[in-house]
Parts: sequence; structure tokens; C-alpha cells
Amino acid sequence: MSTPTLRTPAPVPPPASPPAPPRPVRPRGERGPLARLASHAVLATASAVAFFPVAWLVFLSLGPDKDDYLHPGGIWRKMTLDNYAFVLQHTAFFDWLKSSLIVSLGTTLIGVLVSASTGYAVSRMRFPGYRRFMWALLVTQMFPVAVLMVPMYQILSRLGLIDSYLGLILVYCSTAVPYCAWLMKGYFDTIPFEIDEAGRVDGLSPIGTFVRLILPLAKPGLAVAAFYSFITAFGEVAFATTFLLDDRKYTLAVGLQSFVSEHDAQRHLMAATAVLIAIPVSAFFYLVQRNLVTGLTAGGTKG
Amino acid sequence: MTVAIDRATGKRRGDRAPRPGPVSRLKHGYRKHWYAYAMIAPVAVVLGVLVLYPLAYGFYLTLTDANSLNSARTIGVNEIAATYKFIGLDNYADILWGPTAYDRFWSHFVWTIGWTAACVALHYGIGLALALLLDQKLRGRTFYRLVLILPWAVPTFVTVFGWRFMLADSGVVNSALDFLHLPTPAWLEDTFWQRTAAIMVNTWCGVPFMMVSLLGGLQSVDGALYEAAEMDGANAWQRFRHVTLPGLRSVSSTVVLLGVIWTFNQFAVIFLLFGNTAPEAQILVTWAYQLGFGQQPRDFAQSAAYGILLLAILIVFTSFYRRWLNRHEQQLAI
Repeated sequence: MSTPTLRTPAPVPPPASPPAPPRPVRPRGERGPLARLASHAVLATASAVAFFPVAWLVFLSLGPDKDDYLHPGGIWRKMTLDNYAFVLQHTAFFDWLKSSLIVSLGTTLIGVLVSASTGYAVSRMRFPGYRRFMWALLVTQMFPVAVLMVPMYQILSRLGLIDSYLGLILVYCSTAVPYCAWLMKGYFDTIPFEIDEAGRVDGLSPIGTFVRLILPLAKPGLAVAAFYSFITAFGEVAFATTFLLDDRKYTLAVGLQSFVSEHDAQRHLMAATAVLIAIPVSAFFYLVQRNLVTGLTAGGTKG
Repeated sequence: MTVAIDRATGKRRGDRAPRPGPVSRLKHGYRKHWYAYAMIAPVAVVLGVLVLYPLAYGFYLTLTDANSLNSARTIGVNEIAATYKFIGLDNYADILWGPTAYDRFWSHFVWTIGWTAACVALHYGIGLALALLLDQKLRGRTFYRLVLILPWAVPTFVTVFGWRFMLADSGVVNSALDFLHLPTPAWLEDTFWQRTAAIMVNTWCGVPFMMVSLLGGLQSVDGALYEAAEMDGANAWQRFRHVTLPGLRSVSSTVVLLGVIWTFNQFAVIFLLFGNTAPEAQILVTWAYQLGFGQQPRDFAQSAAYGILLLAILIVFTSFYRRWLNRHEQQLAI
């Protein structure tokens, strides 16, 4: 990192701060009352913007009619949980949930199992073809949905895997596996190399070092990779919409769309379903969010 | 940047110097690196089978006139063999400079670029501003932080439907605008407003990631640098310009690249917000999807050709980006 040299002319008088009596020095990172008020105002506004759409969805889900979203004022008088009861009892919600879980967990499992050793290898070893391999992993991150969709559709339909969980899992693995490998490389990079050296001195093979020493240490990293691939598979829309035909096999992402057809839009049920999906996922997200970003930008913050 | 260390080799007793000659070099390389190759083998196999093969097959399809009428298919018990034929690079020529190339490709291309630039700029700008605010000592900042991450925590396919309710003709957004005696645009019908709505929703979805990443970056900037700058009489703006921004460089370059890739490929927001109704607001990815799966007959060949073109655009962009970073002596974190 190049530190730009600061040209330091005559000391610049700090603007908008009264110079006369020397006030008690504020610790760095603290501002005057006005600045603090402004910060609070901006943050509160931003929070409201972030929070409102979700809160609104929850509010609409309590209105019993499908057009309530157009005149929400009326919802106050007739609030009810009927929508939730209906979704849970009379729709395929649990089938969709099951499909979503099967597909996402399957993808996660394969993704993490297959990519862990690769993450370690690219973190610690330099072998001929290393750069090309890393480049290949990076390129798969930028695949637009469109690029694999048509060939995958043709290949899977020839194998009879359209409308099957396995087909969808295979498709998702094409993104989840390189993704996990990247994430885990970042995590392994943060584990000190001295540990490997100690293992080698004690006579472990590289694979032994990996399995016995590094893998147990890397559990949080594995968890992040697992969570990321789970979320990605859970929220994927394009492939799921196209490759699943039977409405009992829909994932939640596809099922939610099915409330709005050309002729009828059951928006009240849709809102309730959306809330039912959002609550557990967000709760889970909050449990792990601290680790998430370090996973993606781990190398970055070290410079 | 981590130093290249090779832990695979170890030091065997009587380690021999590599002998000349390609065969023994190959043997030596194999012996030296077989651990590495064994460990990357699973991913390499998956990449080969699930990515490379479909990609090659997709590329082959772009050289044909395959659509859903002439591809191999099964109707009842009858298997109908594929009848599409090889037509060379015609698909690409047709997309890039065919008679309707402007309406179909270039207009969407321009919009996609505009969409990506606008979204990433907004993501980064707002994300950085919020990260700076959250980086101060402030009462309740944990609370703000948790609320501000909310759009990231809820799955996109859920919130986009929420936005659709809000942006509908007499939904809450327009009701509010009407209450303030402002014009009430037709968010989901009029092209310009469709595009605005799409950028708005995507910005809402994407800011939290930027914010959290940049916040992580800010917290790793050495506090002593700020003190030194303050000693030297730098004001707040100068400290931001000369300490904060350089400190954030490597995080910034990474999240901007990821942001560009993700926004360029953003499928869910536009697809779920408009479905098939807004031909002018479709970005290239959703447009390619419509060609291949949203119409009858499905035009597989053209759709695949769009996919290959999109991938090419991204690869070219990333290569230039990396080279630009290298010239400015920066490294990508990923």
C-alpha cells in the first residue's frame, strides 16, 4: 500500500469549529453534538428505508382480501391470521419447503465436501497450472445464468433429469463448488502456516496435515461456505423456474411465483407465504452474519 | 499478498536436483506436485463435467439453428431425434449486426451497461457513506447495523414481491407521492419508470453487502495513521481522501468487481419485478432467458449465443480491470 505523502502547508483551520477558548479535547472518532445529530438522522432514515418494505409485507399479509394492498388503511379494522392458516393447511407450502431443503442441503453438502481439499491446496501449494486453475475458478463466478441454461437443459432432458431434485442439485453444484473453493482458500490463508510446518515436522503427509490439523481449525470457514452455498441455492430463481415442472416439486422461490397467474393473483396468500419464508431465513442469517463478509473479503483487509 | 510457499514438497532425504529431459522433468513434476493435483482433483472433475462440458456443448449449439421444435424430444412414447443443422457463426452475426440487431441486442446492451454502472455506483456510494457513519462511536450503532443488513438477510425473491405490492399503481409508494401532491408515475408500466424502479429495488437489495464489507475494511485501517494525519493538520476531508480511501483500496477493488459481476448477471430482480411484461427494461441476461425459455418456439441457439457473448463481455472486463489494478500496484483480494 502506498501511503500518499501529505503536503503540509500552514495548518488548515478546521472549518466550523469555534477557535477561541480551547475546549476539552474530544477523543478521535467522536464528533460534535450537531454532527452526531446529523449522523443519527441519516442512519435512522436509512434504517427506515431498509426496514419499511419488509414491515409492509408483514402488514399486508394480515389483510384477508387479495386487493387489500391497494387500500391498506382498511387492514387495521380486519386484521387476521387467516392467510397464514390457509397457506399452511391448504397449499403445497410444506412440499415446497421440502424441495427447497433437499435441493439446498444437497448442494451445500456436495459443495463443501468436494471443495475443502481444493481450497487447502490452492492456499498452500504452488503447482504448475496454479494461475490457470485460479482463473478458471474466478471465471465460473461470472457465469451468467444464460450461459449454462440451454446446454444444461438439453443435457438433463436427455438424461431424464428434468423435474428432478438431482438435476437441480447438479446444476447448482456448477456454481457452488468453485464458490466454496474460493471462500475456503480465503479462510485457509488466515490459518498460520506454522501449524502446517509443525505437522510436517511431526511426520504427517500434506494430506494428513490437512485432515488432522487444518480441517478442525477451519470449521468456521467451512460453516461460512456451507451457509453461502445454502443461501445461493435456496434463493435461486431462474433454473428452478425452468427445470421444475411438477407443482409439488417446486422450491419456495418458484412456489411463491405460482400465486400470481395470468388470471388470478392471490396476493394476500403470497404475502403470508413470503413472511413465512423470510422469518426463519433472516433469523438464521443474523446468527451467522458476523462471519459472512470476512469469508468473501478475507484476503482484502490484510492488504 | 501471501508468499508463495510450497508445502507439498517437504524435504525428502537425498532430494535430487531436477534432471534435464522432458520425460524426467514430467516425472519429477509429478512426484513433486502429486499431492496438489490429488487435492484439486475433485473440483477439477466437477468443473470439467458440470461446467466445461456444458459450456462446450452450449457453444456448439450456438453454431446451429436449434430451437424447441427441432431438438431431440420425447412426446409420449415417441422419441424424436434432433433435426437442427450446423449454420456456423450466423447466430452471432445475426445478433450483432443483423437487421434488427439494434432493437434486440444493442438497446439492451446499452441499458445493461447503464444499469450496471448506476447500480454499482449507488451501491458503493451509499454503502460507503453508511459504513463511515457506522464506524463512528455512536449510541445505538449495533441496532442501526442490524436493521441496515435486513435487505440482505431476506431472500431476494421474497422482497421483490414486497416491492411489487408497493410499486403497484395505487400501492403505498404512489399513495404517499399523491399525498405529498407529487406526480405518481406508472412504475411497472412506463419504460423509464420501470428502469428507475429496477435500479431502485436492486440498490435496496445490494447496499448492505457493500456497507458491511467496507465497514470491515474501515475497521482494519490503522488508527495511528489518522492521528498522524491530524498532527499534520489534515482536516476531515483530507483525512478521508488520503487515509481512508487508500486504506480501503483493496477491499474496494474487490467489492466493486464482485458488484459489477453480480449486477450484470442480476436475474432475479428484473425477472420477478416484471416477468415478461417489460421488454424494454430487460437486461441482457433476462432477455437471453426470454429467448430461450420465455417464448414459443424456444430459441435455444440464440439464447446460448447471448450467454456466450455475456460471458465474453465479463471476461474481457475482468481482464482489463485486473490489468488496471496491477498497473496501479493493487491486488485483488480474491
